[in-house]
Amino acid sequence: MAEVLVLVELNPAAGGPRKTTLEALTAARALGEPSAVVIGAPGTAAGVKDALAEYGAAKVYVAESPEVEEYLVAPKAEVLAQLVAEKSPAAVVIPSSPEGKEIAGRLAIKTGSGFLTDVTEIAPDGTATQVAFAGATIVHSQVTVGTPIYTLRGNSVTPEPAPAAGAEETVQVQISEAAKATRVTDRVVEQKSSRPELTEASIVVSGGRGVASAENFSVIEGLADSLGAAVGASRAAVDSGFYPHSFQVGQTGKTVSPQLYIAVGISGAIQHRAGMQTSKIIVAVNKDPEAPIFELADFGVVGDLNTVVPAATQQISARRG
Amino acid sequence: MNIVVLVKQVPDSGSERKLDPADNTVARATADNVINEMDEYAIEEALTVKEAQGGEVTVLTVGPATATDAIRKALSMGADKAVHVLDDAIHGSCAVQTSAVIAAALGQLEYDLVLCGAEATDAQLSVMPALLAERLGLPQLSGARKLTVENGMAKIERQTDGGYWEIEAPLPAIVSTWDTINEPRYPSFKGIMAAKKKPVQTLTLADLGIDRATVGLATATSKVVDFAGRPPKGEGVKVPDEGDGAEKLVGFLAAQKIV
Ligand SMILES: Cc1cc2nc3c(=O)[nH]c(=O)nc-3n(C[C@H](O)[C@H](O)[C@@H](O)COP(=O)(O)OP(=O)(O)OC[C@H]3O[C@@H](n4cnc5c(N)ncnc54)[C@H](O)[C@@H]3O)c2cc1C
Ligand SMILES: Cc1cc2nc3c(=O)[nH]c(=O)nc-3n(C[C@H](O)[C@H](O)[C@H](O)COP(=O)(O)OP(=O)(O)OC[C@H]3O[C@@H](n4cnc5c(N)ncnc54)[C@H](O)[C@@H]3O)c2cc1C
Repeated sequence: MAEVLVLVELNPAAGGPRKTTLEALTAARALGEPSAVVIGAPGTAAGVKDALAEYGAAKVYVAESPEVEEYLVAPKAEVLAQLVAEKSPAAVVIPSSPEGKEIAGRLAIKTGSGFLTDVTEIAPDGTATQVAFAGATIVHSQVTVGTPIYTLRGNSVTPEPAPAAGAEETVQVQISEAAKATRVTDRVVEQKSSRPELTEASIVVSGGRGVASAENFSVIEGLADSLGAAVGASRAAVDSGFYPHSFQVGQTGKTVSPQLYIAVGISGAIQHRAGMQTSKIIVAVNKDPEAPIFELADFGVVGDLNTVVPAATQQISARRG
Repeated sequence: MNIVVLVKQVPDSGSERKLDPADNTVARATADNVINEMDEYAIEEALTVKEAQGGEVTVLTVGPATATDAIRKALSMGADKAVHVLDDAIHGSCAVQTSAVIAAALGQLEYDLVLCGAEATDAQLSVMPALLAERLGLPQLSGARKLTVENGMAKIERQTDGGYWEIEAPLPAIVSTWDTINEPRYPSFKGIMAAKKKPVQTLTLADLGIDRATVGLATATSKVVDFAGRPPKGEGVKVPDEGDGAEKLVGFLAAQKIV
């Protein structure tokens, strides 16, 4: 069976691979037999290899070097290019983070290939599905040159175990001088959150301008915590200083696709929809019955968020006991 | 400090956007076109650096004839001159091909810094800095929420999930900017008038020494095979809060087996 390279995205906080990696392994199986590629500091592969095998990695290429994390993106693209040249895989699948997309782009130039970003599905013939224009248009696209490279949007594929051998193979890492041009001198975590990662969460509760203040975002956080959800925010809420930018959902923020999205005090502007439209169930709380968010909502409450949301939080907590 | 800012004209993200069924490319001719909003932050950052350190800001656009409006906007904000790569053979180009055109155009310019927006709102690929860095052997400093240029080095804070990375590289380098980096200025009346007299150089593929057969729809490295509107969602339920809004909401979540 054809080999498909899958770049492993790590979860430094929790250890192990990120869920996006398991999704990529699952999606890659439509095209052939996945080989996971672990690029990181020495010792990285040991912590992720079992999970990779469980989700279908027949092989695990281990490219470890103390240096790879010191530079931005370019070394990882070099390792992948080297593997593409040696193994002639049928395709390469990469989780669609900012870094993943940049690696895909560089790999495309290096290997003379085409690449498709933010795909939500890959068919056995290589045709990918992409969501364009704020979710209004569904596109089928194909790579027509070289080794197809895909970046897979988070939460679009459900990870399914398919135990495989996970045979380790060491890859020599040689980083060129050119790939050392951009140095990462520090990695700073500003918000340590005990809540689930926004793009991975199965429930997201987002607040908008209607929340009215930073303090009042505790109403949103309360509901989120009662549901074990991640917190998001509209751009108006972010621009008003109610909540940090890294939680912005929408065209210029995160794209989320949870099982349940609850929009509170958010009007539903097209740029906000761009980031949440593909959520499975959408619930809205807004005092304006004409708010466009209701056009999307499976269930909407027309009312003041300051009364509806705290009461709902209380009832949910009571039920969950 | 000579700076080139890459600017793209895109269909307004707030208006209805479409693909053209004739060849499955973005329907640009009939769209409500605007300058890519993210690029305004790159222009602002370029002007800020220029105001502090001197030099010239050049706008570079690859786009159809309508893209002159985006160029005017950039010039009216304060950029000094512009280069517009205009050639119908470019139509239908994928990101890989477009990056080849931009790289060739950059080859004809002198710069210490290339700035661009962190994404174009039409295709949302966020890859141009990576593609250009790879082609030109330039350092890539992408996704900046803060930029410092001093002593021949560019340093940025690269915005990440829940924080940032500090990254640095020697000049010349390519930097992309998010909307968290600054507050773009509005063009002044004087700026709008002055923009009309600023030089705009138009280049074709021949001027750049690019073979027409290597760009455009026929040889794109990827293609859109078909598209469809997203199926509309079924009618949802909308209830007024008559003191029982929370109860109804929780009832819905319970019916969905969420609580
Ligand atoms: C929804 C969608 C997703 C896509 N995803 C990817 C992807 O993941 N990776 C990828 O590589 N490609 C991607 N493409 C591009 C695609 O693969 C094809 O190459 C094709 O659809 C071209 O894109 P376009 O519709 O933007 O074409 P065009 O509208 O023709 O634009 C292509 C580029 O050429 C410029 N241009 C157009 N006309 C002229 C002219 N007369 N003079 C100068 N410049 C001009 C435009 O400004 C733009 O930069 C995507 C396209 C769409 C519509
Ligand atoms: C290029 C571009 C990119 C953009 N990117 C994004 C993006 O990534 N994400 C994004 O979200 N936006 C984005 N926007 C902005 C977008 O157009 C909207 O301005 C924004 O989404 C509005 O946020 P909002 O719904 O919170 O605020 P508003 O539109 O002001 O809506 C607030 C809502 O709260 C309701 N409300 C007020 N008080 C209460 C109350 N007490 N109880 C219940 N309801 C109440 C109001 O009825 C109203 O519907 C972008 C815009 C542009 C031009």
